[in-house]
Amino acid sequence: MRMRGWWVWFGGTLLVAADAQAQEDLKARGWAAACAACHGTNGRSEGGMPSIAGRRADELYQILIAFKQDRKQATVMQQHAKGYSDEQLRRIAEAWARLTAGGAK
Amino acid sequence: MNASRRRALQALASAGLASLLPLRASGAAGARVVVVGGGFAGATAAKYLRLWDPGVSVTLVEANREFVSCPVSNRVIAGTMSLRDITRNYDGLTAHGVRVTHDTATDIDPVKRVVKLGRGESLGYDRLILAPGIDFLYDRLPGLESAAARAQVPHAWKAGDQTMDLRKRIFALRPGGVFAMHVPKAPYRCPPGPYERATMVAFALQRANPRAKVLVFDANPDVVAKRDQFRAVWESRYKGMIEYLPSAELAAVDAAAQTLKLEAYGAVKADVLNIIPPQAAGPLARRSGLVGAGGRWCEVDFLSYESKVAPGVHVIGDAVGAAPGMPKSGHMANQHGKVCAAAVLALLNGQPVNDEPIIINTCYSFVGEREVIHVTSVHRYDREKKTMVTVPGASGVSPQPNAEEGYLALAWAFNILNDTFG
Ligand code: HEC
Repeated sequence: MRMRGWWVWFGGTLLVAADAQAQEDLKARGWAAACAACHGTNGRSEGGMPSIAGRRADELYQILIAFKQDRKQATVMQQHAKGYSDEQLRRIAEAWARLTAGGAK
Repeated sequence: MNASRRRALQALASAGLASLLPLRASGAAGARVVVVGGGFAGATAAKYLRLWDPGVSVTLVEANREFVSCPVSNRVIAGTMSLRDITRNYDGLTAHGVRVTHDTATDIDPVKRVVKLGRGESLGYDRLILAPGIDFLYDRLPGLESAAARAQVPHAWKAGDQTMDLRKRIFALRPGGVFAMHVPKAPYRCPPGPYERATMVAFALQRANPRAKVLVFDANPDVVAKRDQFRAVWESRYKGMIEYLPSAELAAVDAAAQTLKLEAYGAVKADVLNIIPPQAAGPLARRSGLVGAGGRWCEVDFLSYESKVAPGVHVIGDAVGAAPGMPKSGHMANQHGKVCAAAVLALLNGQPVNDEPIIINTCYSFVGEREVIHVTSVHRYDREKKTMVTVPGASGVSPQPNAEEGYLALAWAFNILNDTFG
């Protein structure tokens, strides 16, 4: 059983049970934040770099794997993508999809 | 009992203890984080702390009301961009709920956990993040000890007035005159920056003053970053204009005579001098005893950026004694800020710190009005070595300067400024 939104008053301190946080893949959130320098805090870029917001995780994952395998032309992404395992790229894709409400995982 | 239930009980247990203490000690809600220094590192940390946990109270201490980006400032020197293009204020951070105070931190007490500010305010903290940037070691440059001498030899290595000063001097150079610059021994802020500067000054002079000369005296034995790419451009597009002189240790400077005294090359007189001084972590970090062996850079745990000597104090950005292959750059500083923000929140919440941080660096260098060369690398934490290492196969440089990346480089500059200050 999962306990969601369990709020507790104690000693004047309002605590939120760690559940909501535990749901989030914090490690992947950290990895994904690295991308925001170029793609925008919310995945929306100001010109130049493509925006990556609002995409499905599987779509993002396929693109990242294509960069990693040199199947998609790129200036920098073919280099970046090789810095991660496939599993890490999948979690990053999921984090961006979740962060930008890009639909199903 | 499932994991989330167990965590909730643990949180309760620690809250029980916390309620007996005068200071709040558990959970990030209401926790006080003070960030000193509002550059790429500090501003990113402040913003992401609030983004990831709106319950945490974040105060940013920064003397200046506006931030001027060093990245792209060589284009301002070359006259192809204005200082306004790369200047940002702190309103974006205020909108994220960061309290921004324009003051200078003068003193830290890591035992009482208090930072003192120049105008008298004292800020208590649960976690302190220092992003003090760099300081220039003018005491190592005989001839530039006085402020009057320094005023005649701009560094333009912190962007702002200095950038405009150098730009004016370059555009006022007499026909066929000599611009000479000096590059300090690595490590220094922005490894490719001096070579981009030499190239962009040559670009500007090629149009305005084609017989002028650019002399690059480098204390290092060779070009520190993007060597083959820079050398190729100097040999082709700027042939006869840029002269590169390696292993050029600077013995002294005569500011009034605009003369460099170099161990290997003797006295060299120029019309415009630009000396990038040797550097160390910003003064507060050095004054507070946070620097390691060599007295220049701060040593940190790369999982949290917590100082190895002062518990509760984190150091990020150029002030950090970098890991192998990790440059001092605006991009890296932005990445330090995020890893540190996540770790600080985890520590405040009693959660484990991410034990596998992975960060990216990319530096774009202009070599003309439109063309750029990039260098990029991915860095991950190595558990055995307890430091960041570059991931093999994930580093790369543009094969040659190209306009496609000229377009991307400007987009990068605006996006990283938005990500940091927006
Ligand atoms: C230095 C800037 C930079 C960083 C950092 C960066 N990217 Fe990119 N990204 C680009 C550029 C530029 C492109 C266009 C392809 C190219 O030239 O490499 C791109 C393209 C993409 C695309 C394809 C978008 C499309 O519509 O074709 C995706 C997806 C993407 N990046 C995801 C990421 C992720 C995930 C990360 C972090 C792990 C990341 N990027 C980090 C610059 C960057």
